[in-house]
Amino acid sequence: MRPLTYERATAIDEVVRRVANRPGAAFLAGGTTVVDLLKLDVITPDLLVDVRDLPLGGIVAEPGRIRIGATASNSDVAVHPAVRERCPVLAEALLAGASPQLRNMATIAGNLLQRTRCTYFRDGQSACNKREPGTGCSALNGVNRDHAVLGGSDDCIAVFPSDACTALAMLDTTVHTVRPDGATRVIDFAELHTAPGHTPHVETVLEHGELITGLVVEDLPAARRSAYLKVRDRTSYEFALASAAVALEITDGVVTAARIALGGVATRPWRSHAAEEALIGGPATTERFAGAAAEALAGARPLAGNAFKVRLAEQTLITALTDLASRPTEEPSS
Amino acid sequence: MLWEVRMRISLSVNNRSVESTVEPRTLLVDLIRDDLKLTGTKVGCDTGQCGTCTVLLDGRAVKSCSMLAVQAEGTRVTTIEGANAETGLTDLQEALWAEHGVQCGYCTPGMVLALQDLLATNKAPTEQEIRCGLAGNLCRCTGYQSVVRATLALTGQNGGRNDV
Repeated sequence: MRPLTYERATAIDEVVRRVANRPGAAFLAGGTTVVDLLKLDVITPDLLVDVRDLPLGGIVAEPGRIRIGATASNSDVAVHPAVRERCPVLAEALLAGASPQLRNMATIAGNLLQRTRCTYFRDGQSACNKREPGTGCSALNGVNRDHAVLGGSDDCIAVFPSDACTALAMLDTTVHTVRPDGATRVIDFAELHTAPGHTPHVETVLEHGELITGLVVEDLPAARRSAYLKVRDRTSYEFALASAAVALEITDGVVTAARIALGGVATRPWRSHAAEEALIGGPATTERFAGAAAEALAGARPLAGNAFKVRLAEQTLITALTDLASRPTEEPSS
Repeated sequence: MLWEVRMRISLSVNNRSVESTVEPRTLLVDLIRDDLKLTGTKVGCDTGQCGTCTVLLDGRAVKSCSMLAVQAEGTRVTTIEGANAETGLTDLQEALWAEHGVQCGYCTPGMVLALQDLLATNKAPTEQEIRCGLAGNLCRCTGYQSVVRATLALTGQNGGRNDV
């Protein structure tokens, strides 16, 4: 790891100012991504500004929404009663990720900015447009079993790895920030992460020095009946090969509302409106679920190593929907 | 080259106040082992995977190889040396002993602290919950069976003797 300096501050404007004023500075929260990549010399900030002393760790359940502070730990969010009741998919997704220790360390805002597990990005040496713009993408014609089939470009096919973000993508989530000039802004979750396109090193719409202060997850009746299914090479402590975050509202056997997002197969959190529309208004049957899955993967661009992910993601989604639909109906939500 | 300024940090380790001077890039595990000479905390993979570097930070299990020492400024750290009751082994350690939950022993400090965190919030975890609680601790000797059995025995479940 290269030498660096480390600072802490207790005021949001101070933290933002310190990072914004220095091009090589970065925020540090739980450190589960940052310290990992520092050790690999994949990122080389000369200043880390720790946000852990900021008063942003709270989780507040209000009528109509849950406010989650940026530095709330993944563990605390996963066990929060309101999260488990109103959007169990988020709790399940969080608990499917990493290990207890890392969930204790990791923050929810850090999770939004998690970096890819692409080995070419992480090895610090291979050609990688995300790590070193303009050098090329080693994965396109390399070992690409783990890579994305959705949302990729000719410059990058790295998977966005977060489980929690797969759930947040299908919920009504907004991301709240403070910009370098001190102004606040609210970003729709769907707008936060950018497609790799020709600039895979740019992963979000955040400016340098813009700090996430929290998330708001709006209540969604369908989310009370929601679930996360993750398929991976081993059953614990592994990233998804494919995952599905699903919510269904079924009235008299007819799907009246649906939310669907896929993980492990796309370059950013991937909500599928097409799959949702394929379900709404029809019976909750396996045939319909298969149709929705086909819609979700219709734009897939598989490569030599990851072609299996298309069928795997379809089957993951069909299984998640089938399991969810077979659950006993919840109490009517208010 | 960037001149690295060493930083003075203070924290509580095993209920004792500790002051140390570290480079900002020093890992917490290196502070614990090299500066404080508390070598019960191990380094296995140094990549946040194996869990043998597990310590408690303000009561919660964390991986000390994946944290900077400066991040622990002002916190309460418990290492395996501090987990012991004054007079010897904790009930959890006794249970691991009784059920042969220790083989080579390298993963054990991390296992004990991870289980301690689990048991702090869940007095009677199921087998599945115990296994999930240990997902961040790799053991290449026991196959986890005896560790799970010990934890079940400690919490008075299944008499600790069922096949698990």
